[in-house]
Amino acid sequence: MDHTALELIELGGVFFVLGVLGRLAGRIGLSPIPLYLLGGLCFGQGGLIPLAGIEDFTALASEIGVVLLLLLLGLEYSAAELFTGLKRSWMAGLLDIVLNAAPGAIVALILGWGPVGALVMAGVTYISSSGIIAKVLGDLGRLGNRETPVVLSILVFEDLVMALYLPILTAVLGGVSLLGGMKAVGISLLAITVVLVIALKFGRYVSAVVDSPDREVFLLKVLGAALLVAGIASAMQVSAAVGAFLLGIAISGSTAENATRMLEPLRDLFAAVFFVVFGLNTNPASIPPVLGWAVLLAVSTTLTKIGTGWWAARKQRVGRMGRARAGAALVARGEFSIVIAGLAVTAGAVEDELAALATAYVLLMAILGPVTARVVEPVARALQRTKRGNTTEPASARS
Amino acid sequence: MEVTPLPGIGVRKDFAIRSGRRVGVVTQRDGQIDLIVSKSDDPDACLASLPLTTDEAAALANLLGAPQLVAQLNEEHAELPGINTKQLPLRPGSPFDGRTLGDTALRSRTSVSVVAVMRAGQVHPSPTPDFTFTGGDILVTVGTSEGLEAAAKMLKHG
Repeated sequence: MDHTALELIELGGVFFVLGVLGRLAGRIGLSPIPLYLLGGLCFGQGGLIPLAGIEDFTALASEIGVVLLLLLLGLEYSAAELFTGLKRSWMAGLLDIVLNAAPGAIVALILGWGPVGALVMAGVTYISSSGIIAKVLGDLGRLGNRETPVVLSILVFEDLVMALYLPILTAVLGGVSLLGGMKAVGISLLAITVVLVIALKFGRYVSAVVDSPDREVFLLKVLGAALLVAGIASAMQVSAAVGAFLLGIAISGSTAENATRMLEPLRDLFAAVFFVVFGLNTNPASIPPVLGWAVLLAVSTTLTKIGTGWWAARKQRVGRMGRARAGAALVARGEFSIVIAGLAVTAGAVEDELAALATAYVLLMAILGPVTARVVEPVARALQRTKRGNTTEPASARS
Repeated sequence: MEVTPLPGIGVRKDFAIRSGRRVGVVTQRDGQIDLIVSKSDDPDACLASLPLTTDEAAALANLLGAPQLVAQLNEEHAELPGINTKQLPLRPGSPFDGRTLGDTALRSRTSVSVVAVMRAGQVHPSPTPDFTFTGGDILVTVGTSEGLEAAAKMLKHG
C-alpha cells in the first residue's frame, strides 16, 4: 500500500478509537486518560498491531500536546490567584511534597533505579491531577464547599512546584553535573520570578501582543507564541512545558478566556496523542512484574494524600467531614504524572520498567481518585457511626 | 459577604443567614453561575449547588430584587396608553459596561427614561447621568414600546 495512505489509515484509526474510548469514559463518568493509556498499550510495542510510519508525526504531536496542556493550565490561573494560593497553602504544600514524593522515591530506590529514577518517581507520585480533580469537584457539586479552596490552593502550589521541578528534572535527565543542575534551577527561578512580576504589572501588554479580533490571526499568534516560548525555554534548559506554563500565566483577562476556548479542542487532540504515544511506547509485558509495586504505591499515596488534605483543611478550621472530603479529592493522579514519566522515557535515562510502573500507577490512581472522592462521605459517616456505637454502648449486653 | 477566590475555577461569594446556613453563588470563569446553599448538619458542605444560566440568574435576582418597584410602576402607568415599563439587562461585555448613564444618551436617542438600576438585588433609584454601569446591572426603564426595543438593542450593540 502507498506510504501516505497507510499513515492516514493508521492515524485515522488511532483518533477514531480514541474518540470511542473517550465516549466510553464519559458514559462511566471516568476521565478518558486511563482509557487512552490502555488504548496505547494495546497497540504499538508488544501490543496487538504494531503501528509503523507515524512515529515522526506522533512524536512531534506529543510534544505539542504537552506544551498545550501546560499552556492551558497557565491560562486558567491569573498571577493574583497564584500568589493567593501560595500564601494560603505553603505549609500544606510543603507537607504535600514530603508525604507524597517520598513513597515514589523510596520504591524507585528499592527497585535499584538510582537517584535519577527516584527523582522521576517522586514527581510521578507527588503531583495530583488538577484536571481530574476540578472535574470531579464540579460533578459532585462541591465547588461551593468550604474545603474546596483548600484543595485548589494545594493544587496551585503543586503546579508552581512543577515549574521548579521540571527544569531540574530536565537537567538531571540530560546528565548534567550538579553545577549545571544548579544553573538550570537558577535560570528557571529567575524566569519564573520575572514572568510573575511581568504578569502582575504588565499583563495587559503581553495579552495585547497576542490578542486579535480575528479568530484565525488569534489562533496562529497564540499557538505560535506558545511553541516559540516553549522551544526557547527548552533551549535554555528550562523545560518546554514550564515555558508554556509561564506564558499562560502572563496572558490574562478576556484574552486568556478566548485563548482557552480556542485552544481547548487542539489541546484535547494533541494531549490524547501524547497519552496514546506513551502507551504505545510502553511494553505491556513489562507491567505485571511491577504491578505489585504499583498497587503498594497506590494504597500508600492515597493515604498520604488524604492525610495532607485532612491536615490542610484542619488548619483552615473546616469540620471533620470537610477534612475527609479535602483529602479524598486530592487522591487523583493523571496527566502530569505521565508528562513526567514521558520526559524521563524520551530522555532515555531510565529503565523501561519505570514507564511500566508509571503507567500502571496512573491507571490505578486515575480510577481510584474519583472513586475515593465519591465514596468518602458514606465511608466517613459509617466510620463515625461505628465509633459512636462503640462509645455509647459500653455497658449494654452484646447480642 | 465573604469573597473567596477559587483558583482555576472562579469566585465564591457567600454570606451566613440568620438561621446559620450559608447562601451564595459560585461564578465560574466561563460565566456559569451556581447557586449554593449549605447543609444544616455540615456547614462546610453544600446542600444544593444549582447551575443557573444567565437568564435564570437574572430571573432569580428579579424575584429577590425589587419586584414591588416594577409592580408599582406598572400600576401607575396602567391607564396611560402607549407607555411601558421594562427591565433591560446590561450584560458584561456590552459597549456600555463601565460607562455612565450620560454616555448612553438613552433619552435623546430612544426617548426612554431610566428610573432605577438594580444591582445585585439592591435598587439605585433615579440614577444621575454620571452613574457608572457594570455588567449584570438591570435598568428599569420607561418609554414607548418602540423606544424600549431600540434601547434594548442599543444596550447590546451600542
